[in-house]
Amino acid sequence: MKRNIRSNAIWLAIMIAGFVIMDGLEAAGLINTFIENAIVTVGINIILATGLNLIIGFAGQFSLGHAGFMAIGAYATGIITQQIASPLGFWLSMGIGIIIAIIAAIIIGVPTLRLRGDYLAIATMGASEIIRVIINNLKITNGPAGMFNIPQYATWPVVYVMVCITTIMIANFVHSRAGRAVMSVREDDIAAEAMGINTTKWKLAAFVFGAATAAIGGTLHASYIQTIAPGDFGIMNSISILIIVVLGGSGSLTGTILAAGVLGIIDTVLQNFGTLRMVIYALALILLMVFKPGGLLGRWELSFKKVNKKKGAPAE
Amino acid sequence: MHTIIQQLINGLSLGSIYALLALGYTMVYGVIKLINFAHGDIYMLGAFWGYYVLKFWHLNFFVALLTAMVFCAILGVVIEFLAYRPLRHAPRITALITAIGVSYLLENGMSYLFGASARNFPQAIEQQNYHIGGFAISNIQVLILVTAIVLMLALQLVIKRSKMGKAMRAVAVDQDAAELMGINPNHVISFTFALGSALAGAAGVLIGLYYNTIDPLMGMTPGIKAFVAAVVGGIGSIPGASLGGFLIGILETIVQAVGLSAYKDAAVYIVLIIILLVMPSGIFGKRTKEKV
Repeated sequence: MKRNIRSNAIWLAIMIAGFVIMDGLEAAGLINTFIENAIVTVGINIILATGLNLIIGFAGQFSLGHAGFMAIGAYATGIITQQIASPLGFWLSMGIGIIIAIIAAIIIGVPTLRLRGDYLAIATMGASEIIRVIINNLKITNGPAGMFNIPQYATWPVVYVMVCITTIMIANFVHSRAGRAVMSVREDDIAAEAMGINTTKWKLAAFVFGAATAAIGGTLHASYIQTIAPGDFGIMNSISILIIVVLGGSGSLTGTILAAGVLGIIDTVLQNFGTLRMVIYALALILLMVFKPGGLLGRWELSFKKVNKKKGAPAE
Repeated sequence: MHTIIQQLINGLSLGSIYALLALGYTMVYGVIKLINFAHGDIYMLGAFWGYYVLKFWHLNFFVALLTAMVFCAILGVVIEFLAYRPLRHAPRITALITAIGVSYLLENGMSYLFGASARNFPQAIEQQNYHIGGFAISNIQVLILVTAIVLMLALQLVIKRSKMGKAMRAVAVDQDAAELMGINPNHVISFTFALGSALAGAAGVLIGLYYNTIDPLMGMTPGIKAFVAAVVGGIGSIPGASLGGFLIGILETIVQAVGLSAYKDAAVYIVLIIILLVMPSGIFGKRTKEKV
């Protein structure tokens, strides 16, 4: 128990330190709009990718439909904050986005989670495309043109706090009894079922949880970028979230955060290269995958529990 | 009724293209269980090869078609050798991400080297419209359909009759057992990529002729649709891929003809999800029983 408290205290200290450093740099004027934009994008990507990692890395269900749930959150915010232009409206829209995403995830998940592997991937991809086509054709979402001038309530502190909250929630979920049930489904669903685990229920739980975090990511994206269009939530966006998960190591939250950061840096550095940017990005991706097939960190997680066990021993 | 039959005729051309692409997906998936995301981009490169051969060398259309097939076959083998072979024993999701990387590389490499703008595909064959019993059909549509069917029959012959085809089927069933029987799986996998990519190249040249416009990103959407077609037909099954391709092509054309063109992609995915729910391994897919 005491070990847990100390480990949690270290995490809290890291989070506060991160905030203070960021705040200090902002106050010192070292962060211009461009860098802030890059950092916030990394933050939103962390939220999206940790949610997807829960589905793919921990529950072992290959979902390619993350952008669809993100679109739900983004459009909930876009529509509601234009009616209620206040921080209250923003948080309300986030809640509503999460609820709609959860309902959509249940509707999509109950039938499709019976499918396996690549079949599930293609079915979730289809479902997410259907969401996008619906948004594309609705009046309230302003069709293919998308929505503009969404009020900006998601400043970087809001995004930072949401990154911390979603990461803590997912980490706690993974380390709980529920998390172990979910991981047993990943390892061998027949064995898990034989041990009395309701595999459908836990697959769905991970899927719904992932969808809810995707909606949070979508809300923050809409409110920070202030413009959204159905084209922002296509298959390619689901894939770019998937890339973060696999690059970091599916099944490692630390890896996801690291990979989101690394890709953010690559992206920022390559901004000056124009058309060549995506060519280099693609080459980097192929080389990273060929030489690091398990992802950057595999299933390794940063943990402070061992530090406390042996006093002074360095963290792995 | 008349319109529906007319749309069926139009859908057959699009369906042939999807079917040719789907065959490549299904063969590669059957042998190494990889969704080859770069397949649609090989189709794009086939179209570009046809474009340059026709526009700058003014060769015969069939020469362009055949050289595009050879070019794409070589390209497919090279891609497999450089990008996928090192990952043969890696987690499958890693290979998938690599395939996506290859796809990005081909798309953006082409945009970078040759420009991202769309260009007009040369009209190597003059379009003529025939009217048979009130239905309009162009010679290009006939050409696409006939080429696709000839290629599919040839493929069926290669897979069923040739020694390499037999080896392909063996590797698809059980790679380790095939290896013990003296089959070199690396050769078989290269051969599979060559076959699939050649079909994609042919599809690229045909679509160029049909739609008259090509660009470096043209492979993305048809690639995904063709994969959907392969899944609908039962991935790993050759007749399934052909059937799925025609099905998706015809469905798309009909939905468009009824005036719901905004929903044509949604219709394709809804059909996909329904078919997967009723038949979880596609129309011709084999149901594998789980053993504990």
